[in-house]
Amino acid sequence: MNKGTIGITGGRLYDPANGIDGQIRDIWIRDGVVVSESDADKNSAEIIDATGMNVMPGGVDVHSHIAGAKVNHGRKMCPEEHEAHKMDRARGGRSGAGFTVPTTFMTGCMYSEMGYTTVMEAACAPIVARHTHEELEDMPCLDKGILITMGNNEFLFDCISRGELSMARDFVAWTLKASRGYGVKVVNPGGVENWKSSRSNVGNWDQDIGGFDLTPRKVLNALIRSADELGLPHGVHLHGLNLGTTESAEQTLDSIRNSPGRLHLTHLQFMSYGKDKKGRFRSRTEELAAAVNANSNVTFDVGQIVFGPATTMTSDGPFQYNLGTMTGHKWFGGDEENETGGGIVPIRYSRKNKINALQWVTGLELFLLAKDPWRVFLTTDHPNAGPFFCYPQVIRLLMDRGYRNEILDTLPASVRKRSLLKDIEREYTLGEIVTITRAAPARVLGLNKKGHLGVGADGDVAVFHPDDDGTRAPICQGGGSLCKRCMDRPRWVLKAGRVLVKNGFLVDRVDGGTFCVSAESDPSLEPLLREHFEKYYTVAFDNYPVQDCYLPKKEEIPCR
Amino acid sequence: MKTVNNAVCTFCGCLCDDISVDLADDGAVKIRGACANGKGHMEEYDASEASPMIRGRKASWDEAYREAADILSGARSPLFYGLSSTATEAQRKCVALADRLGAVVDTTSSVCHGPTGIAMQTFGEPTCSLGEVMNRADFLLFWGCNPMVAHSRHFTRYSLMPKGRFTPEGRKGRRVVLADIRETPSAKAVDRFLRIEQGRDYEVLTALRALVQGREMTATSVGGVPREELVSLAEEMTRCRYGAAFFGMGLTMTAGKDLNIGQYFSLVRDLNARTRFSVVAMRGHGNVAGADAVLTWQTGYPFAVSLAGGVPVYGPGEFTAVDMLARAEADAALVVASDPRAHFPAKAADYLDSIPHVVVDPNMSLTAAKATVYLPGAQYGVDAEGTYYRMDGVPIRTRAFRERSRPTDEEIFDRLLEEVDR
Repeated sequence: MNKGTIGITGGRLYDPANGIDGQIRDIWIRDGVVVSESDADKNSAEIIDATGMNVMPGGVDVHSHIAGAKVNHGRKMCPEEHEAHKMDRARGGRSGAGFTVPTTFMTGCMYSEMGYTTVMEAACAPIVARHTHEELEDMPCLDKGILITMGNNEFLFDCISRGELSMARDFVAWTLKASRGYGVKVVNPGGVENWKSSRSNVGNWDQDIGGFDLTPRKVLNALIRSADELGLPHGVHLHGLNLGTTESAEQTLDSIRNSPGRLHLTHLQFMSYGKDKKGRFRSRTEELAAAVNANSNVTFDVGQIVFGPATTMTSDGPFQYNLGTMTGHKWFGGDEENETGGGIVPIRYSRKNKINALQWVTGLELFLLAKDPWRVFLTTDHPNAGPFFCYPQVIRLLMDRGYRNEILDTLPASVRKRSLLKDIEREYTLGEIVTITRAAPARVLGLNKKGHLGVGADGDVAVFHPDDDGTRAPICQGGGSLCKRCMDRPRWVLKAGRVLVKNGFLVDRVDGGTFCVSAESDPSLEPLLREHFEKYYTVAFDNYPVQDCYLPKKEEIPCR
Repeated sequence: MKTVNNAVCTFCGCLCDDISVDLADDGAVKIRGACANGKGHMEEYDASEASPMIRGRKASWDEAYREAADILSGARSPLFYGLSSTATEAQRKCVALADRLGAVVDTTSSVCHGPTGIAMQTFGEPTCSLGEVMNRADFLLFWGCNPMVAHSRHFTRYSLMPKGRFTPEGRKGRRVVLADIRETPSAKAVDRFLRIEQGRDYEVLTALRALVQGREMTATSVGGVPREELVSLAEEMTRCRYGAAFFGMGLTMTAGKDLNIGQYFSLVRDLNARTRFSVVAMRGHGNVAGADAVLTWQTGYPFAVSLAGGVPVYGPGEFTAVDMLARAEADAALVVASDPRAHFPAKAADYLDSIPHVVVDPNMSLTAAKATVYLPGAQYGVDAEGTYYRMDGVPIRTRAFRERSRPTDEEIFDRLLEEVDR
């Protein structure tokens, strides 16, 4: 936080949450928080002249794999890709390395230099949450939270199969508290358990989960209801069934149409495929966008493909094994007792590869066919579909149809011809971009002080000069001369009123905070859990919960 | 008398967190539930105030910090080594100091499971947490390790004995095989012992991979193991429901090194085409897994990292401690919670003696005894709390059951960070 007052004056403000779309407005920040002009101490204020510039809230990423056991294994596994991508300690005080999976300091620095100030770590098993918190503490300049994987938790399976749904809800609250997590992540519910127990998977929502009298549908519904009944700030965050296969769209449509409550579909691009009449891989974006448009309880982030290197890392054990087998690349697999599984496989998305090209088209179609920008968010499912620092390229693709078509023309003809994209004329406005990168993700996460610049909001601000668009040389290796970007070089980035970035480069570093929720569980759960731990865990019940000392800047968000 | 339950033993990578500590009113400590290694580790540490030493003479903490900071910041090529028996909080600060000074950082991994890291970087690693072994594994393979002696409670807590959700019979429901060059005490606990000819692990693993892949084998024996034995072992492995493969320095530090581990990992990957199988390295020091993790999230690489040029550079063989010392490429050293003088080749150990070196260690050791500056910190898990990562990466917070009179390693590095900037 910055003591004192800072004013950002004369800029065009984009603050969709407060209905401001490019009007000239001054922003005043006192003691780190946005205040009204009358509450600002203008005489002693430091003034940033933003005349001719676009002023907006700091970016909010709803889904990005930035820290924790899985991410760190991804870092360790690919030293070959770090070589050309390093950060000198002169920049930000700590050195770093890593292309698709940068080190913690480098991640914080690069997000900041892109105008982002808040990032949600996308998946963490509670048993290793302590590790994730340690990494987050070493990731400056960002406020963060952790989504906790629960879709294959065996205690939860026991509760749900016995029909004890209130106990399931209590367990969700307890787990969030024990892991100091922020939200409920569900990954291939039942499929990971089946992979662990019998090297199988689940193909639809009504298939059996082996060893439990249960289906994925019952698990998902119980978790959606639990999150809503607890009033968690963010509803269930779902990576559903059959990721990346021709059976994914069908199950995604089912989950959209039958959700009993708030549902966030993450990296929808990976979940949008079916077969055409000849059995070929095709995307079903039109039906998916229509289903999302028709169900206001549903939101999604895209997971847009960026051509070039990426590292796939998910809690979807069977998917990662199959991807490793299909590509022949190195494969990391990790089964976590009673809770989840997962894996890591490096990959490279190529414009010449028909499937990759179709994925790229699919992501953009989802962005452009979704009618309500408040229910779609920009992500690359970093680092699964591409690195986060390629967001400016994705923004350019959304705002500039000419650039989009330029890339589309380089894709295999069969993909281009069958795409809806070639006929879509829509271009995102800057206000819409600010919505999908700031206002909307903050709203779906229930972070009331993020994603807008009204009185009381955190003083997290990004200021861009339109003339700077595309002036920085590409950072990514994949796009080459085809990489064009915008909003890639903020003139200023402020975090809680403190200037961190000037002219695109980090000039200061602050520690970020960690969001967690204050959900409460019934104390009668504890003896049962203790027994469960004694039987099935190798960690003592009393040593399991993450202590508050791992969150030196904890910010608890109340339930609704 | 007072009892502390669920104390965490920080001695080895098992990180048993079910230890009970009885504290008598006269200060006597009795450890219950730990193995002999752990009991000694926890009971014998003297938590009383200890004086830093400069060149063998007692000094004040302020003097010692200043001297240590002068040595490290005055060096042109400082080497930081060890880290695996201290908490991640201290490791993080230590790497920060290395980054600040442009030092080379290497951990004890380079002389034990470094090859495991290199194999992981080449092939990936299908692994699991130890609780999956307890709950699911009906087949266990131990290779080049001797848990009975080195990880004494591994068999009873995690692998051979425990009953879990899908393993209600415990030991009875498990088939257990040990492969090694000699019959160690661990051989008595297993169902089948496979004697490998010294240095022939790679060949034996290659033959097993071929068999698991369904290929014909014409050789009558490989690496001292008869064909029939290999065929039946391959069958057992593919027939099990969930297998777990463990390995130790008998595989990492014998001829072939990372190639052996690559072949072991690949065998486990092959087995996953038929059934479920995971592999877990038997990590030695209590927090060597944490040292790997911290270096990776801060620099991108798990060990052998040079920060001399302002960015991290990875170089096993180049920036590994034994090699740096044997080639006389360091002009000062910081040794953290490890004892290279006791374990390194003579040439490297002798060179270490010849350069100024700072030692941070709760216990007096051969290295500490000859240190230019010795800083005796507290012992995590006895009189300090901190985070340790188990051999499977599960992070656990240690408990402190004795009053602390010494600074923690974290506090020591905090002070050194301040001193070098003075």
